[in-house]
Amino acid sequence: MTPYRTADIAFFTTAAKSLALLAILFALVAADTSAQDKQGTQAGPPEGASVLPLREHYQDLKPHSGAALPGWLTGKEESRWEMPAKNYAGTRYSTLDQINTETVKNLRLAWSFSTGQTNGHEAAPVVVNGIMYVITPYPNIVYALDLAKGGALKWKYNPLPQAAAQGVACCDVVNRGLVYADGKILFNTLDTHAIALDAETGRELWKTRLGDINLGETITMAPLVVKDKMLVGNSGGEMGVRGWLKAVDINSGKVAWTAYSTGPDKEVLIGPDFKPFYAKDQGTDLGASSWPPDMWRIGGGAVWGWISYDPDLNLIYYGTGNPGPWNPDQRPGDNKWTLTIFARNPDNGQAAWAYQIEAHDLYDYDGVNELILLDLPVNGQMRKTLIRPERNGHIYVMDRATGEVLSAETYAHVNVTNGIDLQTGEPRKVADKKTGLGKAVHNICPAAPGAKDWQPSAYSAQTGLLYIPHNNLCMDMRGTEANYIAGTPFVGAEVKMHPGPGGHRGEFSAWDPVAAKKMWSIKELFPVWSGTVATAGDVVFYGTMDRWFRAVHARTGEILWQFRVGSGIIGQPVTYLGPDGKQYVAILAGVGGWSGAIVPGELDARDGTAALGFVNAMKDLPKHTNKGGALYVFALP
Amino acid sequence: MKLCLFQPIVKAGLAALLLILLAGCEREQQATREGPAARMAPAGMPMVDLQPGLPTERPKIANPYEGQVHAINEGRRLYAWFNCIGCHAGGGGGMGPPLMDDHWIYGSEPAAIFATIMEGRPNGMPSFHGRIPEDDVWKIVAYVRSLSGLGTKLLEGTRSLPLQDEASGNLKQGPKELKQYHKEAADD
Repeated sequence: MTPYRTADIAFFTTAAKSLALLAILFALVAADTSAQDKQGTQAGPPEGASVLPLREHYQDLKPHSGAALPGWLTGKEESRWEMPAKNYAGTRYSTLDQINTETVKNLRLAWSFSTGQTNGHEAAPVVVNGIMYVITPYPNIVYALDLAKGGALKWKYNPLPQAAAQGVACCDVVNRGLVYADGKILFNTLDTHAIALDAETGRELWKTRLGDINLGETITMAPLVVKDKMLVGNSGGEMGVRGWLKAVDINSGKVAWTAYSTGPDKEVLIGPDFKPFYAKDQGTDLGASSWPPDMWRIGGGAVWGWISYDPDLNLIYYGTGNPGPWNPDQRPGDNKWTLTIFARNPDNGQAAWAYQIEAHDLYDYDGVNELILLDLPVNGQMRKTLIRPERNGHIYVMDRATGEVLSAETYAHVNVTNGIDLQTGEPRKVADKKTGLGKAVHNICPAAPGAKDWQPSAYSAQTGLLYIPHNNLCMDMRGTEANYIAGTPFVGAEVKMHPGPGGHRGEFSAWDPVAAKKMWSIKELFPVWSGTVATAGDVVFYGTMDRWFRAVHARTGEILWQFRVGSGIIGQPVTYLGPDGKQYVAILAGVGGWSGAIVPGELDARDGTAALGFVNAMKDLPKHTNKGGALYVFALP
Repeated sequence: MKLCLFQPIVKAGLAALLLILLAGCEREQQATREGPAARMAPAGMPMVDLQPGLPTERPKIANPYEGQVHAINEGRRLYAWFNCIGCHAGGGGGMGPPLMDDHWIYGSEPAAIFATIMEGRPNGMPSFHGRIPEDDVWKIVAYVRSLSGLGTKLLEGTRSLPLQDEASGNLKQGPKELKQYHKEAADD
């Protein structure tokens, strides 16, 4: 047990704060620092300031709903931010609370840093041992910034990726982040290299090419490091790639295993351990037989989103992207294993279960979104679950040991399905909205980027709520004949998106995963394409494409503070404790991505089908933001 | 074409109509026979206007299909078939830059566009040399230029994509907020 009572902290965070109380708390916590630091080999926070490990912070703070963090999430030292998702459960939750509902109004810009790049900045900064690491979109330059020196440049690494890779990246040349592990910075480049750098010096330790841009492959996702392996997949679902996830040894740079998303079982790494929950996912070589002959070789199922990991079950979780081409008439069949959530053993890649969210996708609903691992009461019984706010507009709550869907309620406007049949695990598709060759279907909701695209949610252990940045978009779609030419788009659809009901294009929503209900929601002019972070100060941060960085009350959704940055925000906010013992919040601004492609790409709004139809819904974005990447770091005075 | 056979027997009172018909005939004839293939841009074709020393006259290489409506329409079909449309959309761009505006990164002259398609360009434009017959490349060049109003535009109605027509038709009876959005977008 801890020497202090965590119940006091609950009281503390809700009651009005005084400096005297703050000092007492810090003294108590500092006394326990040595015990807390056992997991981290690096130096802890400076004297006189500390933070609570996640688990201890949480223990007596259970939300009324009964939701709980997984027992294994004992929490690394909370002053850091080592990976974009913060931890293996993907909570993006910090126990720091200096910045809280009372103090946030005083938040000021502490320093900023130009990345020198003008494409979309989707990455999360990473903070370890007083150094912040930032990766830019192509050309994927990594900067190490010294926090003790006000963000002074410590080192810079330019991987010099092939410029031609820009021509095979479907939706801007983004990068979603790097990871710190074992004294290394690990990341990927658009031209499909995996790279490890010495975190202290920036020296390249190894560099391995994982894919081939001539086949339309790129890498945009942030990797996850589990044990001694870096896990990363390919992008290119619009280019006729064959999706894969690879495990790369972080010491040697050698590929340990490759799990393809399509093809025969032995290449999908489906073996004797494979126990899918639903009958529809059971069978042999479904990854090949659910396609017209050989179409699985160019069928997509790219892996470009988020991975979570449960160390107790020793399973990683991730999803696969859309089948290609978008025109469904060119690929009759279930198209396995596209739009599928996989659970795999990270040691050998073998699949434990798979759940195809939707067979034979009609709308480009990639199944790659974040998976948040929580323990939830379901019908009076605690279940180990994963929560997936899915592109198709449903929040799936699944048993993460078995792959059973426990609930799947909608969090956005959906008119292409009538709910999910929990007996079969299949969506009830609306026949009128079926797309096909030469057929124009209007008002499909959600649109191709889904009710939510890659932009990751956060979970507050304090409120028990999920905070979901999402879209409100619908589309018109017409199937055309796609012609496969390696290294060029393989889409076969004309798309025009438009705002969904209400006219706003984005929302930021708080969702109770136990009650399966929306608690509050903020309507935004544009899709909320940024990530979010939840904190123990009951403040949640996110950014907007029209240049606002907002702090909102975690319980009410009231906007408590905001700051106008230079370019629209599509990055992921993080929070950390600086070397001076102060809590900071950092965000990369720099508009772009699929939603914002019109700005850095200077696309022509007269053609609504530009950027795969997204431009039609974003014609006015250039009025609200220019391009240009910069890091902004905020702190209390 | 049949109407052309009546040319010798047209009465004077039909002169005005005849003129229109003749114009139509001429356009059709122009398109039925294509010139010899392989008008490859010469090696060393400059991509920029800036030259050290005194400027020298540049050879102009004409597109054999410039202004030929049939070839331009054929170019539009090839533009889709060879996946130009995948990156450049209906001219508004996406993975690649827009083609319907007046900003030409590598030059708007037919020979410059031909070279861009054949050789590729450093920031992602693939080289289609040996992948598309040169004759077809010239047709694509003629179509690409027509997108931004260079050379001959396509006939009214042949340029827009079917979905755009249908979608805008749909808009007229669409939800209120949708109309409002498009009204605002149009005002921009």
